[in-house]
Amino acid sequence: MYKHTIQNKVYVFNTLAELLAKASPLRSGDQLAGIAAKSYQERIAAQMALAEIALTTFIEDLIIPYEQDEITRLIIDTHDKENFKTIAHLTVGGFRDFLLAHSTDKEVLTKLQKAITPEMAAAVCKIMSVQDLILVSSKCEVITRFRNTLGIKGCLATRLQPNHPTDDIKGILASVIDGILFGSGDAVIGINPATDNIATQIQLLKVLDEVRTRYQIPTQTCVLSHITNTIMAIEQGAPVDLAFQSIGGTEKTNSSFGVNLSILREGHEATLSLSRGTLGNNVMYFETGQGSSLSANAHHHIDQQTLEARAYAVARAFNPLLVNTVVGFIGPEYLYNGKQIIRAGLEDHFCGKLMGLPMGCDVCYTNHADADQDDMDMLLTLLGTAGCNFIMGVPGADDIMLNYQSTSFHDALYVRQVLGLRPAPEFEQWLISAGILNEKLQITHTSTSNKLLKIISQ
Amino acid sequence: MEKKPWQQLKQFTNARISLGRSGGSMPTNEVLKVRMAHSMAKDALHSEIDISKLSDDLQTLGLACMTVQSKVADRTDYLLHPDKGRVLNELSITQLNMGSKEPVDLCIIIADGLSADAVNFHSVKLIQLLLPLLTSWIVAPVVIASQSRVALADPIGEILKAQITLILIGERPGLSSPNSMGAYLTYLPQTGNTDEKRNCVSNIQPEGLSYETAAFKISYLLQQMKTKQISGVALKDDFQEIRLL
Repeated sequence: MYKHTIQNKVYVFNTLAELLAKASPLRSGDQLAGIAAKSYQERIAAQMALAEIALTTFIEDLIIPYEQDEITRLIIDTHDKENFKTIAHLTVGGFRDFLLAHSTDKEVLTKLQKAITPEMAAAVCKIMSVQDLILVSSKCEVITRFRNTLGIKGCLATRLQPNHPTDDIKGILASVIDGILFGSGDAVIGINPATDNIATQIQLLKVLDEVRTRYQIPTQTCVLSHITNTIMAIEQGAPVDLAFQSIGGTEKTNSSFGVNLSILREGHEATLSLSRGTLGNNVMYFETGQGSSLSANAHHHIDQQTLEARAYAVARAFNPLLVNTVVGFIGPEYLYNGKQIIRAGLEDHFCGKLMGLPMGCDVCYTNHADADQDDMDMLLTLLGTAGCNFIMGVPGADDIMLNYQSTSFHDALYVRQVLGLRPAPEFEQWLISAGILNEKLQITHTSTSNKLLKIISQ
Repeated sequence: MEKKPWQQLKQFTNARISLGRSGGSMPTNEVLKVRMAHSMAKDALHSEIDISKLSDDLQTLGLACMTVQSKVADRTDYLLHPDKGRVLNELSITQLNMGSKEPVDLCIIIADGLSADAVNFHSVKLIQLLLPLLTSWIVAPVVIASQSRVALADPIGEILKAQITLILIGERPGLSSPNSMGAYLTYLPQTGNTDEKRNCVSNIQPEGLSYETAAFKISYLLQQMKTKQISGVALKDDFQEIRLL
């Protein structure tokens, strides 16, 4: 039991999960689950109580029992006890102060990555302000490699997302070319397929691979199908660079996605076996998002931000190239408005980075959320300052297959321009040599023809 | 603003490509176009179901109707509490019970969902084409449902003793389609049914799936459900077949 007293009023929190939930900044998903604080004061009382508990609490008092959940087992079994000694004496509040200290630099944070459990990250996140989340994230650097180098401080990559409602090859290629001509696609050129048909997946993979090899683009491609489909595509000889999968923070959530750690391991090994990476072997691409566990009725009465951090424990077990929190996709019953989406995006980026993940963010919203492009501009700019590894590049920010709004090719150019950020170095060199960017990293588009345009006519 | 040299790409997709640029940013006209599309989606989200017009139009087709509402109080409540949109309010339960007589083959429900204008525009036009395909069917009075989610069809169908429910409902407004209608069909409607028990025909609108094709698909699915006495994922294979027709 956890308690906090303010002016003779005693706030009692029966379990650690309840304390975490009530300390979480207001969001509709926790209210929908009936676990949010009932008043503003109760929320801050919970944050005060949370600030006082020791970090060791989170490895002693497990919010989902070890026997019940393979993700809890993963968290405990892979906890870096040696490096944890550096912070083992701290409370959650003390941990915040430690993270903000000038002496806590990139090297210190890198060493601590696996000493920080998801629950520790989530707890400190709840008492941190937006500027804290940005400041600490900006100190982290998580670099991953496949055919280029992603996550270098000062770089911001994009996933080119050329979706089409019927997976029409020419339609997809038109968006791919448009995106590349706007400097997009260094994180990955990744299609969300409209169907779960394996033949279509293989066909799309082959086309993307052909474009990439013909123009020697230093990037990777992906069709974001279920990992079991990708395993079958690999068996059938498809050119798979990255294995994709949506994941969540409880065993039950993953089970609703049709995966578990063993299936993920199988997909990871199958993809590694192709040895297609030239600079590195990070072959996994994961997507996550607050609210997925509640949506799957698999939340164990734990708040959605803590469960999201637990999903990162799953991700980091597989050394991913990319982890993407699709923050505003889930809808207003989980994140109601721009304010909630912005905070959640920064929280996810922070927790992921702290835990050592190459975090990107799909800065996005649906039309039934109380949000608009201005909210996305704010989150995009904040994530740019926080050092986010990558964002999405969607034509005009309007995904005509998934019916939601994300960030456009132009948005990426904006944030690079205003914050002095660059594409991945290998990709940048290629863009310059292809005549797409000039030496000032400005789009040229002055020539009347471009060799990429020839792809579409073939 | 610079003109772009690759206009020809645009013929291959409805995605917002070849937009040009002002510096590295979107040109003014494209920014305003996106903003207009978003405003149409927002207005669709807050549109209200036009009960009097719908009931008049249904009457012209020789169909009686009833109105119900979920437990949702207003639009904000609707967006925050999907569960409330799946439950009838007390008054609606009473009224439906009074209207419920002999068992029927089919109950058609017109529901606002996330875009009332979608059903204001499309529902009667679809029903008009569907009815002639269901000549031998006993159909309950059409139910017009406000602040409704798809699953509100279950308690409605249950009370009206319907073998199958067909709910026509406004889909989540997209930028390119603010007023698209979806149709969900359920064999043996019961409170607590999950989505795997339903079949869906989506994107019904002149710019998407035409009324004629949608009516054909729906009638085909209805016949299949009646014959096989199932619905949902179990009918998935037949879905593929009719796509080929």
